Amino acid sequence: MATTTAPPPQPKTNRIGLTVLDYRGGKTTLCAGCGHNAISERILDAFYEMGIEPERVIKMSGIGCSSKTPAYFMSRSHSFNSVHGRMPSVTTGAVLANAKMIAIGVSGDGDSASIGIGQFVHLMRRNLPMVYIIEDNGVYGLTKGQFSATADLGSKLKTGVINDLPPIDTCALAIMMGATFVGRSFSGDKKQLQTMLKAALSHRGTVMLDVISPCVTFNDHEGSTKSYKFMIDHEEPVHDLNFVPHFNEINVDYDPGTTTNVTMHDGSSLRLHKLEKDYDPCNKTEAIRRIMESHKADEVLTGVLYIDTKAPSFVDMINMTDEPLATLPESVTRPSREALAACMEELR
Amino acid sequence: MATTEFAVHGAEHGAVREPVVNDFSIQVATVNGSGSQSANNILLRTVFQMGVPVSGKNMFPSNIAGLPTWYTIRASKDGYIARKKEIDFLIAMNPETGKEDVLALAPGAVALYDEPLKLSELRTDLTFYAVPYDKITAAVCPEAKLRKLVRNMVYVGVVAKLLGLDMAEVEKALRKQFATKVKAAELNWNAAKAGYEYAETSLTKADPFKIERMNENAGKIIIDGNSAAAMGSMFAGVTVVTWYPITPSSSLVESLIEYMKEYRVGSDGKATFAIVQAEDELAAIGMVLGAGWAGARSMTATAGPGISLMAEFAGLGYYVELPGVIWDVQRVGPSTGLPTRTAQGDITFVAKLSHGDTKHVMLLPSSPGECFTMAGEAFDLAEQLQTPIFVMSDLDLGMNNWMADPFEYPDKPMKRGKILTSEQLGEAGSFFRYKDVDGDAIPYRTLPGTDHPNAAWFARGSGHNERGQYSERPDDYANNMDRLARKFETARTMVPRPEPVRNEGNEIGIVAYGTSHHALVETLDQLQNEYGVKADYLRLRAYPFTRETHDFIAAHKRLYIVDQNRDGQMHELLKLDVAVPEIAKLRSVRHYNGLPIDARSITDEIISQEGK
Repeated sequence: MATTTAPPPQPKTNRIGLTVLDYRGGKTTLCAGCGHNAISERILDAFYEMGIEPERVIKMSGIGCSSKTPAYFMSRSHSFNSVHGRMPSVTTGAVLANAKMIAIGVSGDGDSASIGIGQFVHLMRRNLPMVYIIEDNGVYGLTKGQFSATADLGSKLKTGVINDLPPIDTCALAIMMGATFVGRSFSGDKKQLQTMLKAALSHRGTVMLDVISPCVTFNDHEGSTKSYKFMIDHEEPVHDLNFVPHFNEINVDYDPGTTTNVTMHDGSSLRLHKLEKDYDPCNKTEAIRRIMESHKADEVLTGVLYIDTKAPSFVDMINMTDEPLATLPESVTRPSREALAACMEELR
Repeated sequence: MATTEFAVHGAEHGAVREPVVNDFSIQVATVNGSGSQSANNILLRTVFQMGVPVSGKNMFPSNIAGLPTWYTIRASKDGYIARKKEIDFLIAMNPETGKEDVLALAPGAVALYDEPLKLSELRTDLTFYAVPYDKITAAVCPEAKLRKLVRNMVYVGVVAKLLGLDMAEVEKALRKQFATKVKAAELNWNAAKAGYEYAETSLTKADPFKIERMNENAGKIIIDGNSAAAMGSMFAGVTVVTWYPITPSSSLVESLIEYMKEYRVGSDGKATFAIVQAEDELAAIGMVLGAGWAGARSMTATAGPGISLMAEFAGLGYYVELPGVIWDVQRVGPSTGLPTRTAQGDITFVAKLSHGDTKHVMLLPSSPGECFTMAGEAFDLAEQLQTPIFVMSDLDLGMNNWMADPFEYPDKPMKRGKILTSEQLGEAGSFFRYKDVDGDAIPYRTLPGTDHPNAAWFARGSGHNERGQYSERPDDYANNMDRLARKFETARTMVPRPEPVRNEGNEIGIVAYGTSHHALVETLDQLQNEYGVKADYLRLRAYPFTRETHDFIAAHKRLYIVDQNRDGQMHELLKLDVAVPEIAKLRSVRHYNGLPIDARSITDEIISQEGK
């Protein structure tokens, strides 16, 4: 009698048959305990769980610790580590050239709120389809610990220097400028961040996520408002998030009194279970008002602070042909001999 | 501020004067915002339609309305289309500058002026004609608020009569100008006719200038360099266009938008392109490089101040090795300099634009025809060499109207460069983004979206090895920098060759580029006819310099490098490129007053340096 051996355990795969290893990147070179590493993990997981082919993704970044991180996840995706504060423009060009790509950009608070704020606000204003993440730690890491423009008033550096300028709230700014999915989260809040990222990948338009990501080397001490401890004490989620991807069965079992259901562009369902009973993430004015209030109360408001699934994205507005511009054949991109003759005739 | 320079020539007042046919310049002095551009275009077109070679130069202020502007039309039976220094026929419409304009004229010139300005009292050595514009305009234009715009058309009629322009051609040009505005066409035509009738009944021809029909312009078109560049880009298959408005480049993209809407929207209403007005030039070039990285033919157009902002990205494009086309329609800088005047002022800056060791390829168009062809060559080179390509136009070329031969249809296939497909990746087994596989220092690239697990590479600056992996190793860095230098040598063999306009073994060689060409053609004749000096002339069409340029320098005893900038920028680049013994042969001729270069200035300078 032949003996049967048990088949080796098959590695777990996602809906397109890839394992989580197919989404891994290079080894991180950031400090041990850096919030950015946790965010890279969440990004990787979100793409894996959503079953998105790595070859369909472009990873974009500017300059800074945060901007190095695209090297640490999804090596099978094309990536562009551009110049300081200019990732939005490079991404805009790339997305226009190939609108079928899924763009994820990783930036930092210096990259976005200081040197790159011009491009940042115009990206939001255009509502370019992409996920834009700010890994926000309130300091410049690579240049060894200077304050950034998101550092809170009164926040203290290790050297004892106190920040005396008000912070730029990138979420309030993004909402005002026209981003259509704006959230704030914390690198230490695994469930919230991952849910938000999966929802972000189902959105068509600019997703701006400000993720507080403590810098263990330069800004994780007593007196810092971007430390792990401060976040654990002051994080104030406006809702519990639940996400049902489009490829799973979407039931309609929720209580509209306590839960807001948002149907995403790809058919997925984002459930926001209210923790604050009056918080309406579809109301722009109220969202900004509540964010402003949270500053006074020393709270760090987290969750999907604003969402609009109806606004047309930049790509929709341009009304481009479905095939990527980058690979259109000459027969389409070079007008005919007759067209040139007509142009010439007009100039005679 | 007079834009005419004093120059004494022949005819004295009162002497019997030979007719001057098809060889003189007309200057219209007006106020910007007064609608004179239409009238000037109609005059230019009329001369053109009569078969006489003609050129038009607009000298305008950085202002919307109310400041002086001059438009110069030159008719030249010999085909010279560069700016001519001397003004022969002034149309003085601007009370602010009338006196100065008249005082600047050479004896024997004509001044046609608005009667109330009483300019004829200023001089006795000119031919004056007074025209009561307000009275004539009021009679043909009952609506008072339109009179300001129609008034200029009156001088078109007066000039037509005085110079012998065919009114049928005036009408044809006018109806073309107002093709979509039938009512305006009628009103303006009546004004032109009224001017003609006034001249016929009230003025007596007392000057020698005359336009007579020729047949030099058959089949030709009139177009500005920016429109030609736009058209060239469209036929070269551009798909992503970004820009930030800046004079004198704005009209390049504005024309492109019009052309693309007409010819690049499918029957389903969907565009085969994307055009983005960026927030600034930093973003404009960032978008170009992002699109180039993703595989699109992408371009932007700007001028000096925009180039300054693009410096950082230009370096990144060089190091990441990304295609992109940047049109620099050069002008005098900075923004508060003379932003509406022409210059070739960005040559050395662009050649090495950015931090670190960078070298860029520049194309040097000299005519609308070349704006059209170089638009296509720029894309081919950008994608073949995987590097940003700069096309160095200027305000004179970009914004002025030029006669041109009709453009030829570009029927050669586009050269898209070394791009690996997923099939090729499968066969190759491995992919080294920055390895010199073919010995030409140009590596292979893959585009985002290539469906193969090995396709991806990580785009970053110079800190990478041949595989494209992050590296700060000294040998990796040096190796990459050396390959980039070799790639520039490859570029030297691929860029457009210079044009040997004349190369007959003379002692003197002249090297010029861009719009200086048109003055140079005339200078060669002036040197020969007036001084008996025969010179050879090579027109550069690109940087880096090719073999032919070095041969030309080697073959001549003295070389004059003509630049439209103060520092002799191309002269500087040539000095860096030639062998040491050749440097002493290179002399510099510079023109930098904001006006398009003219032949007389070059001739005088060469003769002076020749010690004659």
